[in-house]
Amino acid sequence: MSQVSRPVSRPVSRPVSPPPSRPLSPHLQVYRWQISNTLSILHRLTGVALALGGLALGGWLLALASGQAAYAAANWVLSSLPGQVFLVGWTFCFFYHLCNGLRHLGWDAGYGFEKEVARRSGLAVVAAASLLTVIFWVLALTGMLE
Amino acid sequence: MAEFRLPAKSRVAKGKTHDAPGNVSAPGKVRHFRIYRYDPETGENPRLDTYSVDTGRCGPMVLDVLIKIKNEIDSTLTFRRSCREGICGSCAMNIDGVNTLACTQAVADIQGDVKIYPLPHLPVVKDLVPDLTNFYAQYASIKPWLQTRTPPPPPDRERLQSKEDQELINSPSACILCACCSTSCPSYWWNSDRYLGPAALLAAYRWLVDTRDEATGSRLDDLEDPFRLYRCHTIMNCTNACPKDLNPAKAIAATKRLLAERRL
Repeated sequence: MSQVSRPVSRPVSRPVSPPPSRPLSPHLQVYRWQISNTLSILHRLTGVALALGGLALGGWLLALASGQAAYAAANWVLSSLPGQVFLVGWTFCFFYHLCNGLRHLGWDAGYGFEKEVARRSGLAVVAAASLLTVIFWVLALTGMLE
Repeated sequence: MAEFRLPAKSRVAKGKTHDAPGNVSAPGKVRHFRIYRYDPETGENPRLDTYSVDTGRCGPMVLDVLIKIKNEIDSTLTFRRSCREGICGSCAMNIDGVNTLACTQAVADIQGDVKIYPLPHLPVVKDLVPDLTNFYAQYASIKPWLQTRTPPPPPDRERLQSKEDQELINSPSACILCACCSTSCPSYWWNSDRYLGPAALLAAYRWLVDTRDEATGSRLDDLEDPFRLYRCHTIMNCTNACPKDLNPAKAIAATKRLLAERRL
């Protein structure tokens, strides 16, 4: 029994290259900050700040419950310069998060998606939050909230 | 989890400078183009090369400049392009900080040095050419074709649509899949493995509101997912970036409303 040797079909030899390890294109590093994404991240940051401020509020209430000395100490901290900066910042966070939350409510209802409308509503939110913060502190410092 | 920094091998190094030839058409016509370069064959980090181009001897658009650089200064510069009139979507890239088409972006509308990067947060194949495999797979996943259950009309008839029906899909079906919107979206940057992104969601919406399509329910089922749809936080970068002036953010909000209304 003779065996005919036939050429064996073999795959074309190819240099075996490792799987491509491609670089990731730049993102945050190069994307221009616009009103859209700046206000969006500000919404999240003010949300986080509000939560942290809530802890401070809880601490103040605890101090109130634990007696005169603790309450006086808490008030001393909050009425110091860093304390006042913190309180003003916290109220701005509150008003910004509130106003931008209303903007989100409008979006969820299907309104305000046109580019120019969204830009203006964003600027309006920043203006409203700043104004409300100023009004709040004028009222607070003149004793009209008591 | 969002990774804000670039991986070490992806960080952009300083590159080479290619000066413009001596005789300039007019003073002030030489503009500097700072262009992202990556050569997969060297294994080196990406770099930012600077090309000085006499815009007096060049077409008005960024794509004209890229072609001039490739023809006359540096033939190794690699980018995608085809129609040069904003309908194919090939030359989408990050120009002057925002995603747009190089062929419809006038150089004169950009102040200072013109910075050109590939579309953000994608694997780079070479220079300005990103790997869009995942983007296309996401588009395919929303089943971008007409699905029907009723028997088809006779061969000489069509599934009819009113003029108003057609108007619902006019705008979303004008999408050219250039990926400018999806790659402008921070949510998509951090979660593109699970979030579909504005382009695929705009396409999904186009089939949701098509009155001839009969798979609206199952299409909505597929989208009702904390990541696929609901990673949209209405940042609106997508709508700001779209070179065709479409509104993916609005389409996504409308999709969320369809899902909410279905529960009532």
